[in-house]
Amino acid sequence: MASQESVSVETENYSQRPVIVKAENLSKTFGTLKAVDGVSFEIREGEIFGFLGPNGAGKSTTINMLTTLLRPSGGKAEITGIDIHKHPNEVRRNVGVVPQEYTADEDLTGLQNIILCGDLYGIPRSNTNPHAKELLKLVELEDAADRKVSTFSGGMRRRLELACGLINYPRLLFLDEPTLGLDVQTRAAVWQYIKMLKEEYHMTLFLTTHYLEEADSLCDRIAIIDHGHIIKIGTPAQLKESVGGDIITIGVAEVLPDISSDIAKINLVKDVKKNGNQYRIKAEIGEEASIQVIDVVRSKGLHVTTISLTKPTLDEAYLELTGRTLREEESNKMSMMSQRITMRRARS
Amino acid sequence: MAEKIPTRSVTTTQEKSVTEERVREEEKQFRAAPKLDKSPLHGLWALTNRDLVKWYKNPIQLIISLIQPIVWLGLFGKALNFGSFISSSVPPSQQAAVYERFFGVSSYFSFLSVGMLSFIILFTAAFSGMSVVWDRRFGFLNKALSTPVGRGAIVIAKILQGVIRSLIQAAIVLIIAVALGMETSHLSVVTILGGFTVLFLMSFGLSSLFVMLALRSSDWQTQMAIINLLNLPLLFASNAILPVTIMPNWLQTVVKFNPVSYANDATRQLLIGSTQHLAPLWMDFGVLIGFAGVLAVISIVMSWRLLSK
Repeated sequence: MASQESVSVETENYSQRPVIVKAENLSKTFGTLKAVDGVSFEIREGEIFGFLGPNGAGKSTTINMLTTLLRPSGGKAEITGIDIHKHPNEVRRNVGVVPQEYTADEDLTGLQNIILCGDLYGIPRSNTNPHAKELLKLVELEDAADRKVSTFSGGMRRRLELACGLINYPRLLFLDEPTLGLDVQTRAAVWQYIKMLKEEYHMTLFLTTHYLEEADSLCDRIAIIDHGHIIKIGTPAQLKESVGGDIITIGVAEVLPDISSDIAKINLVKDVKKNGNQYRIKAEIGEEASIQVIDVVRSKGLHVTTISLTKPTLDEAYLELTGRTLREEESNKMSMMSQRITMRRARS
Repeated sequence: MAEKIPTRSVTTTQEKSVTEERVREEEKQFRAAPKLDKSPLHGLWALTNRDLVKWYKNPIQLIISLIQPIVWLGLFGKALNFGSFISSSVPPSQQAAVYERFFGVSSYFSFLSVGMLSFIILFTAAFSGMSVVWDRRFGFLNKALSTPVGRGAIVIAKILQGVIRSLIQAAIVLIIAVALGMETSHLSVVTILGGFTVLFLMSFGLSSLFVMLALRSSDWQTQMAIINLLNLPLLFASNAILPVTIMPNWLQTVVKFNPVSYANDATRQLLIGSTQHLAPLWMDFGVLIGFAGVLAVISIVMSWRLLSK
């Protein structure tokens, strides 16, 4: 796991890079429902930026606005410096989209599907034909290139969608719930492709997810979104930190004397609670603080029996920020239906 | 399902240099981004062809869609033996005169055969809207909309595939009709070309209508209901199956407002030399050109509004 220090160094690097996505007060209202209520954020070149939130939080609506499928009700956004409202076709040429659904045509082969995507972008066949084969190789589908998509498994379909999204050499790739309905192994494989796109192709990626571990392991920065609002933006480490630090639990052989006040004097320690012969300590950098705690215990002539260090998970951060756990929520009929279709096809 | 999960193994130095080379190659290509076709109709043929490939790669669909008119021709056309209404004592020349008066041609089968051409066009065009519904349902429509392909091209492609499919099916129905005994004395290159121009115009108008009705729908049951609601009246309130002259007056008025009637009228004049007509040939063409033009324009204009929310 990357230490906090290296994460903050990386973040600094990104802040020097050009802005790829800039959203200002972007909103979308459907009738009386405010699906997205004034979100603002910036994504820098080379970042993996994640939108994390429950179903119906406004993730897909935001992606649909940025990919010009929906017209914003308010606010504005620029992608690679181009206004999404004024020049939608220019934006479309610059971005790739991997939608939540499996959109590949089942009656066509894998290769035919990618070539069709190229045609829709107006890319000449002389370029598309070799590039499509390269992309199939990239997602390790070259053996299935001439097979009908109806024979593909869920993981293969997802990879094909990924290849289709890359046909126009996009600078920015949108991934809407890229691992929805996939089993754990296939999900890990998709994560690897996403990481490869960032590392080897220096692509900027914007993804939405409602899987915490996905956001945690993939994203450089996460925006937690709920009820159309961005609650917090930060690196996974920053979000976890906002919970209040690491938890050190130390067991001491002697119940008395109470050395809580001595432990609390350590700089990194924020809070100490004594429970029998156990101390529950909230500290900033758990790894360093725990050593100092042991030193304090020993300096008082007491004996350490057990010690454990718990890092806060994104789960806890999410709970702390939104006041609820991330769970499946009721959504509108249409999106639930399409999600069910996606899940069913993923498992076939 | 057991699927081999590809794992990207730890790269050896040799592999790494290969990867780096590939990246460099990729970046080179990125810089030399291909020159894009930015015309508003780019991708039109790709989209049309996609639907056509699905159709001709699945001959069962074609065969099933042809069974219906064959049943109509073979069973209904042959069963409706109008000759039996006329007493057998009536001499054949007078029988022929009766046919001529009602159908404008010497046999009911020939009359119905030409009507079946518009029947097959009507039903094929009606279902061209269904593929829009499926595309929306399975997300393909959204994918196409996220590319710079023209919104108009998406709609025109749907109309075109309906037109091409329906004309091919009409050609097959015509061949079957001739094989089953349709009168051929008026068939020539000119009349067949003229007849298919008429069918093209009708198909273009009807496909536009049904694609337009499907643009906003994601529910195939509703779309099926719309198809049935429109198709049967368009078919029965026309001269496709029975001549206008035997209809009550109010229905005759309705028939005169039904564009399908003008297509039948024109194809009957051209293909079987019908002597009974609703309107002169030039007027049939005028009505059909207007019908196709107006509906195509409306559907393309609607596509701008309905495909972007």
